[in-house]
Amino acid sequence: MRLFLPLVITFICGIVMILHFFIPHRPISTIGDGLTDWYMIVASAAIFLGAANLVQVHVHRINTKARNWKYSPVVLIGFIAMMATGLLWGVEETLPFDYMFQTMIVPMGATMFSLLAFFVASAAFRAFRASNWRATLLLASAFIVMLGRVPIGGMIWKQIPIISEWMMQVPNMAGQRAVMIGAALGVVATSLRMIFGIERSYLGGAD
Amino acid sequence: MKAFLPALLLVLMAATASGGGFVLTTEASDVPDDDGGRIGLVWTVSPDLPVPDSIVVERMAPGGEWEHVGSVAPIDGRYTDSELENGTVYSYRLVPWLQGVPGEPGPVVSASPAVKWLHSGRIGMLVITVVLCTIILLYIEAGKRGKDLFVRRIAGLNAVEDAVGRATEMGRPVMYIPGIMDMDDIQTIASMVILGRVARKAAEYGSSLLVPTCRSVVMSVSQEVVKEAYLQTGRPDAFRREDITYLTDDQFGYAAGVDGMMVRQRPAAIFLLGTFYAESLILAETGKSVGAIQIAGTAMVSQIPFFIAACDYTLIGEELYAASAYLSREPRLLGSLKGQDAAKLVIMILIVLGVLGATAGHWWEPAGRVAEFLRFLTHVE
Repeated sequence: MRLFLPLVITFICGIVMILHFFIPHRPISTIGDGLTDWYMIVASAAIFLGAANLVQVHVHRINTKARNWKYSPVVLIGFIAMMATGLLWGVEETLPFDYMFQTMIVPMGATMFSLLAFFVASAAFRAFRASNWRATLLLASAFIVMLGRVPIGGMIWKQIPIISEWMMQVPNMAGQRAVMIGAALGVVATSLRMIFGIERSYLGGAD
Repeated sequence: MKAFLPALLLVLMAATASGGGFVLTTEASDVPDDDGGRIGLVWTVSPDLPVPDSIVVERMAPGGEWEHVGSVAPIDGRYTDSELENGTVYSYRLVPWLQGVPGEPGPVVSASPAVKWLHSGRIGMLVITVVLCTIILLYIEAGKRGKDLFVRRIAGLNAVEDAVGRATEMGRPVMYIPGIMDMDDIQTIASMVILGRVARKAAEYGSSLLVPTCRSVVMSVSQEVVKEAYLQTGRPDAFRREDITYLTDDQFGYAAGVDGMMVRQRPAAIFLLGTFYAESLILAETGKSVGAIQIAGTAMVSQIPFFIAACDYTLIGEELYAASAYLSREPRLLGSLKGQDAAKLVIMILIVLGVLGATAGHWWEPAGRVAEFLRFLTHVE
């Protein structure tokens, strides 16, 4: 029963959602929309679960003086400060919550995002090392594409931007679409395995 | 029947009409491919007359008087009336309002809502889905009957056991990152399936497993999956719920949190399996900097190059979905993988046929019709 019930629920929900895509008629449409709404409700309610887990984990770390526990009060203070200002004064512009969001969270997010430039540089340095003929081909392609995207590329030779665009639109696009078609088939196969209860490891059941 | 024919005639004649006021033409029609009960109105307006404050949509009540059903901004140009009775003819007119005064009403138009059993823009997709599903199910059945099925070697999946073993030998944890999307994303679901297998290996080897998550529901599901894996391995005592944590829903906040965990806890093996966006390289490069063996997998085409550059092994697209079957070697699951390959062959044949048909269609009409049919099959609304 522990496995049977979830498998039945998965089967029914899976079949209804597939039918929902093709059949706009009631009751399939109503049930399909209802299931989507239920997911939204469950996901929204689960935010409290996440917040509770965050508090529980960090309080536990402080209580047990676990390794690196000194970071936990920072998390808790930040969490409580944001929650309290939001609850007390609201979240509209110019209020404390929005002030903290705009002057702390947004710059910190931007900082993390800007780190990407340096990570791209270090990853590109490794990836573009011409260690064999395939890596050399990659390096040459990348060089042409990058050169074609900046004005100096066209100034060196006016065909460079055209070649760069062709490389992006033809071989690159073909490769991307091949990956996407393969992934789409993977989605179909995975969904079938789950709907028909063949894949049940996510339930902790036997293979 | 006597009443039906004039009504039909009225609908056909009055579906589009034109007038001389601000609203020049109005068109009423059943909203296509829905569950009925809705009529869509579209209209054009005069560029010469002053723009009104709003346009009031009026519907003729059974008694013959006009009733207000909604008002829209003049530039919107469309309105959908809902909760109507299917098969009944409804008449509409649009009245422009300027400074509280109604202007000349637009032409009267009529339409009747209808219900559709099948979405007309998705019939081709339905045919393809049925064919693909049949192929995959046939192969699953073949696998069940014990047919020997060859599946090519996937290096990234062979390395899963080595990665967990390495972490155990080094006395450092294993970190599993299930992407940043919620449980309604198929890649996250596929990731949960692999998490179960990785958790079993971690439980067998006695290695600790960290799962920082970006969504509450994913955290909850991860906890259950890992708990079940530890139970199955006979190590329920080794399960630590506090190692599977929720960090934040914020994309870069999550990346910062996971990076901090990597730097402080220095995991020996990192799995990045699921949906990733711009944070993919931030996570993978930090993982590399702490010396972890990294196995990544995603179907996000734009992130795959970053993973290839920064990780030891990368599961590309479909390999992410193949992981569970590959790791378990269970015949039915392997059958589904073979079915996937056979379905891919069918799609490749269709692509070649389509290209040849579209090319030859310029000179030979039947070939063009083949290409048109294939275009219809693959067109989705």
